[in-house]
Amino acid sequence: MKHDLILRVIAKYLFPVIALFAFYVLFHGEYGPGGGFQAGVILSVAFIFYALVFGMETTEKVLPLKVLRVLASSGVLTYAGTGVATLLMGGNFLDYGLLLSSKAAGQQLGILIIELSVGITVSAVMLIIFYTFANRRRPWEDHHD
Amino acid sequence: MIEQNLSLLLVVIPLLAAPVAAILPGLRPPWLLALAVTWLCFVIAGWQLFTVMDGSIISYELGGWAPPWGIEYRIDAMNALVALIVAGIAAITMPYALLTVEKEIPRHQVPLFYSAFLLCIVGLLGITQTGDIFNLFVFLEISSLSTYVLIAMGEQRRALTSAYQYLIMGSIGATFVLIGIGLVYAETGTLNMQDLHLRLQPILDHRTIHTGFAFISVGIALKLALFPLHLWLPNAYKYAPSAISVFLSATSTKVAVYVMLRLLFSVFSSDILMIEPTEDILLLLGIFGVILASVTAIYQRDIKRLLAYSSIAQVSYMVLGIGMASNMGVTATLIHVFNHALMKAALFMAAGAVVYRAGSSRFEKIDGMGRQMPWTFAAMFIAGLSVIGIPGTAGFISKWYFVLAALEQHSWLIALVVLSGSLLSVVYIWRIVEVMYLRPATDTGLSVKEAPYALLVPMWSLVLANIYFGINTELTLNIADISVKLLDITD
Repeated sequence: MKHDLILRVIAKYLFPVIALFAFYVLFHGEYGPGGGFQAGVILSVAFIFYALVFGMETTEKVLPLKVLRVLASSGVLTYAGTGVATLLMGGNFLDYGLLLSSKAAGQQLGILIIELSVGITVSAVMLIIFYTFANRRRPWEDHHD
Repeated sequence: MIEQNLSLLLVVIPLLAAPVAAILPGLRPPWLLALAVTWLCFVIAGWQLFTVMDGSIISYELGGWAPPWGIEYRIDAMNALVALIVAGIAAITMPYALLTVEKEIPRHQVPLFYSAFLLCIVGLLGITQTGDIFNLFVFLEISSLSTYVLIAMGEQRRALTSAYQYLIMGSIGATFVLIGIGLVYAETGTLNMQDLHLRLQPILDHRTIHTGFAFISVGIALKLALFPLHLWLPNAYKYAPSAISVFLSATSTKVAVYVMLRLLFSVFSSDILMIEPTEDILLLLGIFGVILASVTAIYQRDIKRLLAYSSIAQVSYMVLGIGMASNMGVTATLIHVFNHALMKAALFMAAGAVVYRAGSSRFEKIDGMGRQMPWTFAAMFIAGLSVIGIPGTAGFISKWYFVLAALEQHSWLIALVVLSGSLLSVVYIWRIVEVMYLRPATDTGLSVKEAPYALLVPMWSLVLANIYFGINTELTLNIADISVKLLDITD
C-alpha cells in the first residue's frame, strides 16, 4: 500500500481523530456508554490502522515492542497501586473516597485513574497481539535459513 | 493497620508482582521476585489460617462498600486451608522451578513465564478469598487463562494442542458457571454468597434455581476434571513445563473442589441435593471415576500421564465425599484435598526430576532410572505409598476417613470402591517401580546422574510432609472439623 496516495493521506488525517475519539470514550465513560476497555481498543485501532497503511517497520519505530510491554504492565500496576494508595491512607482497598478531601471528588478521580489504567493496558495488549501476528514469519520461510 | 488488610494483601501482592516480573530483565530477577512473593504469601496464608482456627471469620469490604452491595472477602477455616495449600505449594515449587524452567523454557519467555505463574497464583488465591460469587468467576477466569498460557509454554509442540484442548473445555466450563450465576442472580438479585444463601432457602424448589445449579455444577465439574469431563487433564499435565505440572496437579483441581463445596454447602445448602437427583449423580460419577481412571492409569506408558490419571481418580474420591453429603464425607474430602496436594506435588516433582535428567517421561526412555537416581526414586516410592494409603503416610488418613464416612451411611458399595481404588493404585505405583527399578537401564541411561539439590530439597520436604501429616493429624483434622461445622449440611 506504499504507493496508495489517497489512503496514506486519509490515514494521516484519521489517526488523530480515532485517538481523540478514544479519549472521548474514556472520559465520557462516567456519563454514557464507554470506559477504559473500549477506549483502549479504539486507541489501539488507530495504531493498527497506521501499521496497515505505513507498514510494521515505521510503526515499530514509533512504538517499539519493549515500550508496549512496559505500558501493558504499568496499567495493571497503576490500577493495583491506586488500591494500595488508599490502603496506605488508612482505608480499604480501592476506597477512592479517600483520595481527595471531598468524598465525591475522590470517587470521581479514583474511577478515572482506574479506567485510564485499564485503557493503557488494553491498548498495549491489543497492539502486542497485533505485532505478534503481523511479525510472525510464514512456515515456509523457516526452511530457508 | 497491616493486620486487618492481610487477607486482601494475599491476593494483591502477587497481583502487583506479576506485571513487574514481566518487565524485569534476565533469568534470575523475575525468579527472585516470584520466590520472595510466594514465600510472603505462604507466611500470610499461615497467619490467616492461624487466625480463623478458632472458628472465627475474617470479613473484608473492598472499596469500603458494605456487603451485600460491595465485594466482600470472607475467610473461614475452609478458605484459609485451601489458600494455605495454594500458597504453600507455590512457595515450594518456586525453588524447584529455577533449574527446570531454565532448561525447558526459551530465554526470552522466562520473565513472561513467571508473570503468568504469579497471575495463576492470584487467580487461585482470589477464588479462595472471595465471598462474592461473581468475583469468584472472575478469579476463576484469571487462573484459567494464565494456566492455558503456562501449559502452552511446554517444551514439545504438542503442548500447544493440549493447551488448546484445555482452553476449549475450560471456556465451556467457565461459560456454564457464568450462565448459572446469571440465572441465580436473576432470581435473587444478589451476588454476595452469604446473602444468596439466605435468599435461596425459601425458593430452592424453583425451576430457575435448579437450572442455575445444574449449569454451575457442570461448569465446576469440568474444572475439577470429574469423570467423564476429564479428557483435557492428562495431556495438559503431561506437556506442561515440569514446575507447572507440579503446581497445577496440587492446586487447580483442589481449588475447584473447594468451589464445589462452597457453592453446594454454603450457597445452596445440602437440601438441594435432596430435591435433585444430584446426590446420586455425584456418587455414580465418583464411583466410575475412581475405578475407570485407576484402571486407565495402569495402562499408561508415560509416567506423567500415569500420574495425571491417578489425579483424576483421587479427585473422584473427593467427589464421592461431597456426594455423601454428610459431615463425615465432607471432612474426608477436605482432608484429602490437603493430603492429595502433598502427595501429588511430590510425585510430579520426582517425575519432573526424571524428565530433567532423562529428557523424556516415556517408559522406554526411563528404564532403570531408579537405580541411577536413588533419592528421586525413593521420594517417588514414598509418595506412591501415600497415594496407595499405607499407614504412616498422609494418604492413609484420607482413605480411612472415606471408609468411615461410607460405613457411617452403611454404604458398603462406596467403602468397597474406596478400597478397590487403593488396590488398583498398588498396581500402577508398582508399574513405576518395575519400570524404574527392576528393568535394566539402557546404555544412554547408565550415564544419567542423580537430580541436582535444587530439585531434591523441595521434593523431599514434601515427602517428609507426607509422613508428618500421616502421623500427626491434629492440624488437618481440626481444620476440617471447624470448616464442616460452618457449612450448611443436614445429615
